[in-house]
Amino acid sequence: MAVISYREALRAAMREELKRDDKVVIMGEEVAQFNGAYKVTEGLLKEFGPKRIVDTPISEAGFIGLGIGASMLGIRPVMELMFWSFSYVAFDQIVNNAGNIRYMSGGLINCPIVIRGPGNGGTNVGATHSHTPEAILASHPGIKVVCPATPYDAKGLLKAAIRDNDPVYVMENTILYNDKGEVPEEDYIVPLGVADVKRIGTDLTIVAHGRAVITSLKAAEILEQEHGVSVEVVDLRSIRPLDEETILTSVRKTHRALLVEENKPFCGVDAQIAYLIQSKAFDELDAPIHRVSSIDAPQIYCKRMEDHQLPDVNRVVREALKVLA
Amino acid sequence: MAKPAVLTHPESLKRPAGPSEYAKDPVNAALSKAEKIALYTKMARIRHFEQRCIRIYQQGKIGGFLHLYVGQEAVAAGTISLLGKNDHLITGYRDHGHGLMVGMGMNECMAELTGRVTGCSQGKGGSMHYFAPDKNYWGGHGIVGGQAPLGTGLAYAVKYMGLKGSCLVYMGDGAVNQGAVHEAYNLASLWDLPVIFVVENNGYSMGTSQERSTAHPGCLAKRAEGYNMAWDVINGHDVYEVRAKTAIALKRAHEESKPTVLEIFTYRYFGHSMADPDKTYRDKEEIKEYRERKDPVLAFEQELLREKILTPELSQKINEEAMAEADKAAIFADESPDPTVADITKHIYWEEDNRGPKTTSRGTIIFE
Ligand SMILES: Cc1ncc(C[n+]2csc(CCOP(=O)(O)OP(=O)(O)O)c2C)c(N)n1
Ligand SMILES: [Mg+2]
Repeated sequence: MAVISYREALRAAMREELKRDDKVVIMGEEVAQFNGAYKVTEGLLKEFGPKRIVDTPISEAGFIGLGIGASMLGIRPVMELMFWSFSYVAFDQIVNNAGNIRYMSGGLINCPIVIRGPGNGGTNVGATHSHTPEAILASHPGIKVVCPATPYDAKGLLKAAIRDNDPVYVMENTILYNDKGEVPEEDYIVPLGVADVKRIGTDLTIVAHGRAVITSLKAAEILEQEHGVSVEVVDLRSIRPLDEETILTSVRKTHRALLVEENKPFCGVDAQIAYLIQSKAFDELDAPIHRVSSIDAPQIYCKRMEDHQLPDVNRVVREALKVLA
Repeated sequence: MAKPAVLTHPESLKRPAGPSEYAKDPVNAALSKAEKIALYTKMARIRHFEQRCIRIYQQGKIGGFLHLYVGQEAVAAGTISLLGKNDHLITGYRDHGHGLMVGMGMNECMAELTGRVTGCSQGKGGSMHYFAPDKNYWGGHGIVGGQAPLGTGLAYAVKYMGLKGSCLVYMGDGAVNQGAVHEAYNLASLWDLPVIFVVENNGYSMGTSQERSTAHPGCLAKRAEGYNMAWDVINGHDVYEVRAKTAIALKRAHEESKPTVLEIFTYRYFGHSMADPDKTYRDKEEIKEYRERKDPVLAFEQELLREKILTPELSQKINEEAMAEADKAAIFADESPDPTVADITKHIYWEEDNRGPKTTSRGTIIFE
């Protein structure tokens, strides 16, 4: 198996799907000539030409709406958002149109569109560029949301998203773009709605998604080495659909749960997970569920403080020890 | 600086209604007698369907918003009568006329208004959200201007697939002040997309007149120049003129893959929606003036009478049949069942509605 970066894994997914299906088009700001704001789409214009790889003006509502309209007629657009933060100027298209048209048409229409790009804090760019809208968007029936944490999942989830016949929003993380991992060269997908146990353990379940998975894995290592506790880390991978069974199975085994995410706490993804565990596995719990999320404020610019605002390894370790106490 | 109130209207609109100077335009001359009668019949059907809706609304059977198309019939009728196999359309919430024009049945349209499972969207869309993709009709959209990027995307798809077609994107005079519309204008022109933006200018966006909503005193279509797009203004009370000028834009879309903005001057006789008491922003006299002197259905009837294609008897028969059809649709809507509780969670995801051996996604997707 080749070892490639998260960025290369995303690119490989798009390359393979562009080759497999001539209805797939890549669109977004700077995706073609500029080779991508983060070089995710590097080389695709050269390989596939301007019909398939399309630079757009800075008109998120316009070009995303255009992609949704095209998807109704069977085109399969993969739209890049330079930041998921910019989705807010296209919110009407993303929610009202992509998310509702199937329903409002009584099932006559579907919108096989993918919107992808980084949705993360931690890059010292201030509040307007650091939103993590997975919970906001996943709260709308009609929309699917995935958050890959590793190169393997990035490729497999993006390929599954492109083949899916509903709108799928893929939230990546700029901090992970250079992370390397083993990725098969042959065709595979990571199905939507299937969580992954990234580390097996017996004393505590940590549920996380996106970069919080990486943070949690590091914390789990410390907890094992320094405190002698065995931690299981469940990576959600997909927010909606949600693999409830894998979460519950793990909690039924360890009897303790810590939920880690980079969202702000209010109505974050983990609010839903906490509700799930208490409603379906209450009797299994030996301790209250704890959460670690970002400190509840707009994203701070100061890098030192932003690192503090986001969940870090120390905070996860500390909170884990509280659940285990 | 005082703003000149005069807007740029087409010449024909300034003259009293009379014989259409566009009757001999090639696209109209090419119509057979039967086609002309069919076109008139469709306009009459829209009129009677909408008027029947008023009664049903007043009986409390139609929920939410109901935006009537009465007075604007020639816009949908004229433009849609020109469309072929690869021509698509999309509009806002004032969408009944377009639906009937593409061939949706009165039954499914009426049943949608009363929220029945026999409605075109199985009672899930309502008045503002009609859809008939099998007839190239992509809705029925409730957010002002939100359909403009979608329609531009439909045109993009037509072009991508190498088809000679187009998409007509209808919107109101208020919608042109939405950002999404301007983004769509720019994209359509930048990428040479076969779009026709049809601005149905009925003079008001809810209770706000064009003068009170739009800084530029000229016509709204002229904004196309800012995007290097062709544009035209049309008297929307004359279905022949609508056809003649739309045909030019369609040709531009088909032959050159270029967009156009058409501003069609029209008028609505009833309030913005049934919830609008229509008392504060315009004179009764103004409504009367339009109804009596510029009515598009009457004008076309007169035109066809003059052409000796229609007789008063035939006209009466057509109108009676349209009324009877609307009455039957009302009964159909009354007698149809509601969607079930189980139906509430259907038609959210294609993959869930079509689960089979090839489905890969798992997990919970509808939550308790
Ligand atoms: C984004 C948005 N803002 C406001 C509304 C409420 N609204 C519905 S229709 C309308 C007036 C639109 O007028 P116009 O574009 O001229 O179309 P018309 O109703 O005259 O056909 C308004 C304000 C809405 N539906 N969507
Ligand atoms: Mg208006």
